[in-house]
Amino acid sequence: MKTLLAELRLVLRLFQADVTHNRKRIALTVIAIGWGTLSIVMLLSFGEGLRQSFHVNTRGMGVGIAVVWPGATTRAWAGLPAGRPIQFTDEDAELIAARIPEIDGVSREYATRRGVSVGEKTVNARVRGVDASFGAMRNITPQPGGRFLNERDLQEKRRVVVLGDELAQDLFGSQDVVGRTVQIQQSTFTVVGVAVPKTMMGMYSGPDKGQATIPATTYKSMWTDHRMSNLIYRPVSPELGDQAKAQLYRILGGRYRFDPADERALGVWDTRRNQQITDNIGLGIQMFLGLIGALTLFVGGMGVANIMYAVVQERTREIGLKMALGAKARQVMAPFVVEALMMTAMGGLLGTFVGLVIITAIGLVPVTDDALAFLGKPTFSLPIAAATALILGSVGTLAGFFPARRAAAIQPAVSLRYE
Amino acid sequence: MDKLIELRDVRKVYSTGRLEVQALRGLDLEVGRNEYVAIVGPSGSGKSTLMNILGCLDTPSSGSYTLSGEAVAGLDRNRLAEIRNRHIGFVFQSFNLLPYATALENVELPLLFAGVSAKERRERAAAMLDRVELGDRMEHKPTELSGGQMQRVAIARALVNRPTILLADEPTGNLDSASGKAIVSLFEELHAAGQTIVLITHDSGIAKLASRVVRVQDGQIVEDVRAAA
Repeated sequence: MKTLLAELRLVLRLFQADVTHNRKRIALTVIAIGWGTLSIVMLLSFGEGLRQSFHVNTRGMGVGIAVVWPGATTRAWAGLPAGRPIQFTDEDAELIAARIPEIDGVSREYATRRGVSVGEKTVNARVRGVDASFGAMRNITPQPGGRFLNERDLQEKRRVVVLGDELAQDLFGSQDVVGRTVQIQQSTFTVVGVAVPKTMMGMYSGPDKGQATIPATTYKSMWTDHRMSNLIYRPVSPELGDQAKAQLYRILGGRYRFDPADERALGVWDTRRNQQITDNIGLGIQMFLGLIGALTLFVGGMGVANIMYAVVQERTREIGLKMALGAKARQVMAPFVVEALMMTAMGGLLGTFVGLVIITAIGLVPVTDDALAFLGKPTFSLPIAAATALILGSVGTLAGFFPARRAAAIQPAVSLRYE
Repeated sequence: MDKLIELRDVRKVYSTGRLEVQALRGLDLEVGRNEYVAIVGPSGSGKSTLMNILGCLDTPSSGSYTLSGEAVAGLDRNRLAEIRNRHIGFVFQSFNLLPYATALENVELPLLFAGVSAKERRERAAAMLDRVELGDRMEHKPTELSGGQMQRVAIARALVNRPTILLADEPTGNLDSASGKAIVSLFEELHAAGQTIVLITHDSGIAKLASRVVRVQDGQIVEDVRAAA
């Protein structure tokens, strides 16, 4: 142990001497490894940022929800011909909530395009009438100080509205407008909430940021002849999604007399599938970037191996001398392995540090562009750092070990003669 | 007489492709304690091969080699390294000092491989540099030393682990005559102090100073002359 420590100290001492002796060579090697590390750190960090942004953005419309809209039958059933349009009623929503245990949330959605005005300013926006559960299911979060619609709003048919962030901005030039009023169809509505901005990867009838959301009951009292656009529901758990959908066809099929196997009687958009696909794409992108990074690092490792090979070659005489003086194979090899390890460690630290600086700097820049927002913030994660360190460590060890072992295998009489 | 080196019918064959070169052809040699042997011969005579085998830097193709009572043939590399470390002190024509290490560190090297503690290494190496009159050059790098000084550092390194045999290969070959003389007289001092020395040289003037001259030719010993004591 003592000799090992002493040996290590000499190895470090010799390495230090070597550094002053071969500054340029070592600097270049360290930079090469640093560059490789920087590449892998940046690639994987951007990959992680993109994956997280994918993850968040696919959930912009809501997590695990399904959107149902009425279709038309395509087969005759129970004595009725094919081609009958289906029409949803308020009772359908109640029936689904009451009769399908696999579903824990249902909301109606009525919608129309109307002028929404503040003073002289009018914006033509989609106005939708929904239930209180709509906000949570569709991931519409009120900004601080506001709220989404609640049950009392629905019971009392209140004239209250939740504005999308862009709509609020367009109407008022500000998003801090809770308590102010807007006009919809000559009716005054009080703003109870403004939605938090979000990015949506999936949507129907336009993004939420430009819409005005009011209670379904209020909507119906204003536009009595309107038909329901669609229903939103959420299964108790994602695994129950298929069962919930089958139940939906069975219940509504019984009610409207269509074949539960007649897929096109209802339009169902099950967002779970999209989320799964985008999650897989995100993972795929990350694996792809990781592979590129690993290859970059591998090239860097080859560089180190090449340099170490040259170094060992150059020092063949020295190796012969040390062996003549009684050095055992491992005593000859250790300095080279340590040197390679040191160079990879220094390069690794350098690359990681620079990467962190760049990532932090990017994180500080405010993002206004949509494409950049979608790219997400590059995120440095611990597993990435650990993986990089592991790859670098093994590359460094191998790069030092193999040339040194080769050198230590030569007869000292031969290596001493080497010029 | 105490036999330190005993070579029996040692042969060394180098094969380069189809060609076989017999560097040593059945050579017998005994060297006793405190002998000062000069091995001489023209280039290509096999004296370098002999030196490599004596120094355990290479192994004979056949025959036996007993060094200080231990059969050397057939030992593995690490065991041979230990034997070199314990028994042989090398002095080379081209000094073979580590260019980036100080004189003191160069002298410490064999002790390092022997597993001697840092403090003792430093003390013994310093004492040995004093012995070769380089006590004031300990922290100098080889490039800051003259040829004669470098060779004296190498001799200090060879002696620091108290080797059974000092094995010198053309130690004056790269030196001017004045420095060469100083080295030779240092060898005589060491011999007088009891050190066994095997010196390989083609310089008959230096060989004459040894107590025994072994002449090698065509891989065999052709003459073995002991000077009258």
